Amino acid sequence: MVQSENLEHQRTKKFRAALMAKRGITYAGLGVWALMVLFPFYWMLLTSVKSYGEYNAEYVPKFYAGSPTLQNYLDAFNSVPLGRYLLNTLLFTVITTAIMLAVVTLAAYGFARLSFPGKDLVFTCFLALMMIPNELVVITNFVTITNFHLRNTYTGLILPSVTSVFYIYLLKENFAQVPDALYYAAKVDGTSDLRYLWKVMIPICRPTLITVGILKVIECWNSYVWPRLITDEEAYFLVSNGIQEIRENGFGRENVPAMMAAVVVISVPLVVLFLIFREKIMEGVSRGGTKG
Amino acid sequence: MEKNQYKGWLYLLPAALFLAAFLVYPLVDVFVYSMEEGYNFASQTSFGVGTYNFSYVLHDPYFLQAVKNTFTMVIITVPLSTGIALLISVGLSSITPLKKLFQTIYFLPYVTNTLAVGLVFMVLFKKTAYSDGLVNLLINWFGGESVDFIDGPHAAKMFVMCLYVIWVVMPFKILLLTSAIASVNPNYYNAARVDGTSSFRIFYKITLPMISPTLFYLIITGFIGAFKEYGNAVALFGTDLNAAEMNTIVGYVYDMLYGDSGGYPSYASAAAIILFFIVLTITYLNLTVSKKHTYY
Repeated sequence: MVQSENLEHQRTKKFRAALMAKRGITYAGLGVWALMVLFPFYWMLLTSVKSYGEYNAEYVPKFYAGSPTLQNYLDAFNSVPLGRYLLNTLLFTVITTAIMLAVVTLAAYGFARLSFPGKDLVFTCFLALMMIPNELVVITNFVTITNFHLRNTYTGLILPSVTSVFYIYLLKENFAQVPDALYYAAKVDGTSDLRYLWKVMIPICRPTLITVGILKVIECWNSYVWPRLITDEEAYFLVSNGIQEIRENGFGRENVPAMMAAVVVISVPLVVLFLIFREKIMEGVSRGGTKG
Repeated sequence: MEKNQYKGWLYLLPAALFLAAFLVYPLVDVFVYSMEEGYNFASQTSFGVGTYNFSYVLHDPYFLQAVKNTFTMVIITVPLSTGIALLISVGLSSITPLKKLFQTIYFLPYVTNTLAVGLVFMVLFKKTAYSDGLVNLLINWFGGESVDFIDGPHAAKMFVMCLYVIWVVMPFKILLLTSAIASVNPNYYNAARVDGTSSFRIFYKITLPMISPTLFYLIITGFIGAFKEYGNAVALFGTDLNAAEMNTIVGYVYDMLYGDSGGYPSYASAAAIILFFIVLTITYLNLTVSKKHTYY
């Protein structure tokens, strides 16, 4: 009896040790990947506050900055038009997202609430368009925009990206969940369709609209291919092209600290946006993200 | 109601116009371009119609290099990133303290400008006159020889490329897998535990089948995404990818269209269509396999 109790005790002890070991390994593994993710961010912040002389004197890079300086940030704004790039990107992002939200909301409302002949057929056609890869259509779009002399203009940058079938679909699903009774009640009161959309549908579906907006902002801020094709004047560069330009021609001879300062400036806005809207962004991406 | 029957179309009009101009018309046009031989961008004329563009592209050494690079990258990054993401998600699901913090950290690469952070990777791996770079110092420390990962041997460049691609695609996969694992009905686990099933067996027999739809979705989108890789290569090796021998198929398309070697929309179209059919074939194969192995 005593012996078996002892055995039982030993067994739990063993079991607990195994559990602890397993938990330890799990945390260690997760920690390693967290380190892998964070290290490049740490390194870019660190390098951006090292002076040019200090950085180049270190054959073995140090993990701390001897005499931190903000000079690189001044250089990043003064010797290359980083402020211009940021302003361009901000304008491009805001205008594109605003127009897209308007276009997408109208279309989703048309599909969800109104009835007209041919609606289902048109909706099916819209859905089929989701399968067209961007790489196929970008060639003709480039030629179209060039022929209309819209290269190096905001119009040329913005036009091809103001609509998204996927977001129309996402919003339509959300709009369709709003009870019909509200619509009929509003109709009885003589409310117009457009007013109903503005006063009832949009407030109710605001969370989805915000999600779509944020996803579009991320996409715009990081877009590279189309802006590169459409702009070759520095005055119209977005940050992605700007950083490429900085890498190839900026700052004279390999001024890595100043380059890193520019990278920090470019990365900060989205990281801040993410930390504010963490839940919304992660939920939105798991519903509608595709990158990966 | 009747008199307003066609008003619904008005709401669709803006979207329909944009889609027609920038999605439907270009889709038709790209096939037209690909068949026009000797198309001149300046005068917008061509000699005739045929398959010459395709044969030109298929015999272009730069294109073959791009195809080789793209396939190598796909074969390495898709299984590795999916596998590691699965490991991390399982680990993440088994802990409670610090879980939120880890999730937030893991998601960071998704919201960063990949062109910008690519520069950090370049700095970490690059060997310059002043310094061999941090990674090389680590290698030296373990007794290895310095390698130039950015301008050196092809295998080294491919290694950095794959590492960066995995770093970039990880957040999306971890996010989806974690929420898939979280949505498995806990009753299954409880039942298995009552029966004294080992945790590996629980994972293999319950978790894996239950999350298999998400897993296959990630593999399919992973293949598609990896075949279209381009921006990350530019971030690491600069815009002249042909010179760096690190071009990808999409990079080849854009180089044909624009830049120093550009001005050939016909060749670009032919290459884009070839890519489209490669992706279509792979996706079809993936779907066939996933149908056999997915449990709903």
